[in-house]
Amino acid sequence: MLTAVIVLSVLAGIFGLLLGYAAVRFKVEGDPLVEKVDKLLPQTQCGQCGFPGCRPYATAIVNEEADINQCPPGGEATIHALADLLNRDPKPLNPENGEEQGKTVVYIDEENCIGCTLCIQACPVDAILGAAKQMHTVIESECTGCDLCIPPCPVECIHIKPIQQHWNTWAWPAPQISEATKTNNLLESASHD
Amino acid sequence: MIKQLFKFIGGVHIPQYKDISCNTTIQQAPIASQLVLPLSQHIGSPSVPIVHIGDHVLKGQTIAIAEDYVSVNLHAPTSGQIIAIEPRAIPHPSGLPAQCIVLQSDGKDQWRERKPIAEDYRQLDPSKVRNLIREAGIVGLGGAGFPSFIKMNPGPSGHIDTLILNAAECEPFITCDDRLLQERADEVIQGLFILRYALQAKHCVIAVEDNKAKAITALNKALETVDQSCIQVTAIPTIYPAGGEKQLIHTITGRQVPSHGLPIHIGVVVQNVATAAAIYAAIFRDEPLISRIVTLTGDVSRPTNYEVLLGTSMQSLIEQSDDSPQNKIKRIIMGGPMMGFAMHSSDIPIIKTCNCVIVDKGLTAELKQHGYTMPCIRCGQCADVCPAELLPQQLYWYTKSAQWQLSQDYQLFDCIECGCCDYVCPSYIPLVQYYRYAKAQIWEQERETEKSDHARERHEFRLERIEREKKEREERHRQKKAALGKKDTDPKGEKTKPDPKKAAIIAAMERVKQKKAQQNIQAKNTDNLTVAQKKQIEEADARRKKVNDEDSSS
Repeated sequence: MLTAVIVLSVLAGIFGLLLGYAAVRFKVEGDPLVEKVDKLLPQTQCGQCGFPGCRPYATAIVNEEADINQCPPGGEATIHALADLLNRDPKPLNPENGEEQGKTVVYIDEENCIGCTLCIQACPVDAILGAAKQMHTVIESECTGCDLCIPPCPVECIHIKPIQQHWNTWAWPAPQISEATKTNNLLESASHD
Repeated sequence: MIKQLFKFIGGVHIPQYKDISCNTTIQQAPIASQLVLPLSQHIGSPSVPIVHIGDHVLKGQTIAIAEDYVSVNLHAPTSGQIIAIEPRAIPHPSGLPAQCIVLQSDGKDQWRERKPIAEDYRQLDPSKVRNLIREAGIVGLGGAGFPSFIKMNPGPSGHIDTLILNAAECEPFITCDDRLLQERADEVIQGLFILRYALQAKHCVIAVEDNKAKAITALNKALETVDQSCIQVTAIPTIYPAGGEKQLIHTITGRQVPSHGLPIHIGVVVQNVATAAAIYAAIFRDEPLISRIVTLTGDVSRPTNYEVLLGTSMQSLIEQSDDSPQNKIKRIIMGGPMMGFAMHSSDIPIIKTCNCVIVDKGLTAELKQHGYTMPCIRCGQCADVCPAELLPQQLYWYTKSAQWQLSQDYQLFDCIECGCCDYVCPSYIPLVQYYRYAKAQIWEQERETEKSDHARERHEFRLERIEREKKEREERHRQKKAALGKKDTDPKGEKTKPDPKKAAIIAAMERVKQKKAQQNIQAKNTDNLTVAQKKQIEEADARRKKVNDEDSSS
């Protein structure tokens, strides 16, 4: 009896120390859930969700300070992915945050640019190139389409354009099967029978 | 040597429609006045133009070069002038334009200087031979267009036991390889020897479907004149898709290419017969890939095979073969009816991968499209015919409901898009369209993830940079402040150039200190005192104290 108690106590002590060591040694830096949520967000850093960037929004979602339907660039796909990850019910995009739109980028009308650098300071991904009193330009491949550079521009020379489809990034469309044709044909074959 | 053939699972028997076009000899298509040459006629990165608008080029001259590994050179199909380098319509299901070089023919068809290597290739290192094939712009001519020189590399293990020359040509309507074998079997066999030399392969098998008796006869006749110890012509059963790479390997060797693996991993390489003929032309005649044999068939007056210069428009080819009005054309299909796709216009150039052009005017029953679909009745016929041994029905449900992960779990990417499931589906469900759509969506998502990861990295770097700049600014301010504070206590220039007056004062004070130290000799009369002396001192102290006390009290 006594031996059992002693053996178990010693074992408990050893495992306790082991667990304690492991908790210190293998401590996970930061919140891994925030990391996962952040990975699902489109990283436009546009702030349409009401938070200053994708990571703050991810943190807010995890802390249940924000809902999962506040990201217009991500749209329905992101909402579904977040719902899957967090085991919540998917819901339609909150119209207060904006509408889901096609992918766009911005371009600078270089004739009118006065080189004020305000857009450079606004760009969250350093996609605008230029210097004071020099013409600025947008690096299209780096632009996320967040449109944050548009309001600061004093001469309104930044415009939105849809991303041009290129043949080698073109995706096969979904098969077009109209429900109406389907029913009509079924009725037709039924009446023939 | 192959003694036994293996049957792959699935496949369908479909009406062949080959006799429409396979009974006439290959005809030379006339040189079109304008040739449009897309820079990307192969799998891999587009070639890069090395000519400028206005340049005069000779037939066979290199006009664009390969800059990446998976790419090949492009050559002028005839002599003439470069009149444009701009986006033009290309044969692609999207119908979107791509960068092309436009060549205006001068009608002379004047060759550049040619230096054929011919039989001497056996003296060259296999890697040099591969490089020649790359420079000649040769890609797989069966339809996929993978640069051939890569598939001529035996890899690090260097062990290729079977080289298969694919002449199965299993899709209906197409007869270009059949005609090539009937007319130029010796060229194909010479090309095969070059391939064998580069790969150091043990056995070579030329696989022909057993419905091409004339091609088999021609091959056997051509083999009589050469050393045929390692080459075998094998007739394989006619069943679609016997010419699919993985299916053909299974038929010949009984081995299966692993999922996501390559034939080379199991010691097999498959090349198309037309590719072998092109390799022969490059080595023995120093002719780069500037033309190919194209089957023009379907609803045209004179269906046949043409030897066409690359860049010739399909429109001009159809005009050669057809007398009836063009406006009746419903569709122009590039490739076979099973795996080909419809063109968005007829003014589209013939490229390296274009083996067949089918004109559909609604006269051929097999080309008829069902305009509707009916619900899946779960009959399972699609699973019976799938040559990749997948479950098309499950894939259909998952891709229809956008469950990409599940569809990948069911090996969507092993689907070769052969169209057997479509063909047998009694509900006319366009299954392959669903799979293509799903694959495209998954690739799209991968691209999106890549892009968003990149954006996150840049954003985080920006935040870090702003933070660092802020700290640096604060540090600068602090240093400046500290510098200013010092200035108040320490007047300028004091350290470097001491004031002579102050120095004199300091020196004087120093002297006084020293003097004091010298004068301040400790009184030695306090040591070794007698009792009487001590008493006298105490009395004196007491008196002094008394006086002090009286003073303070008064």
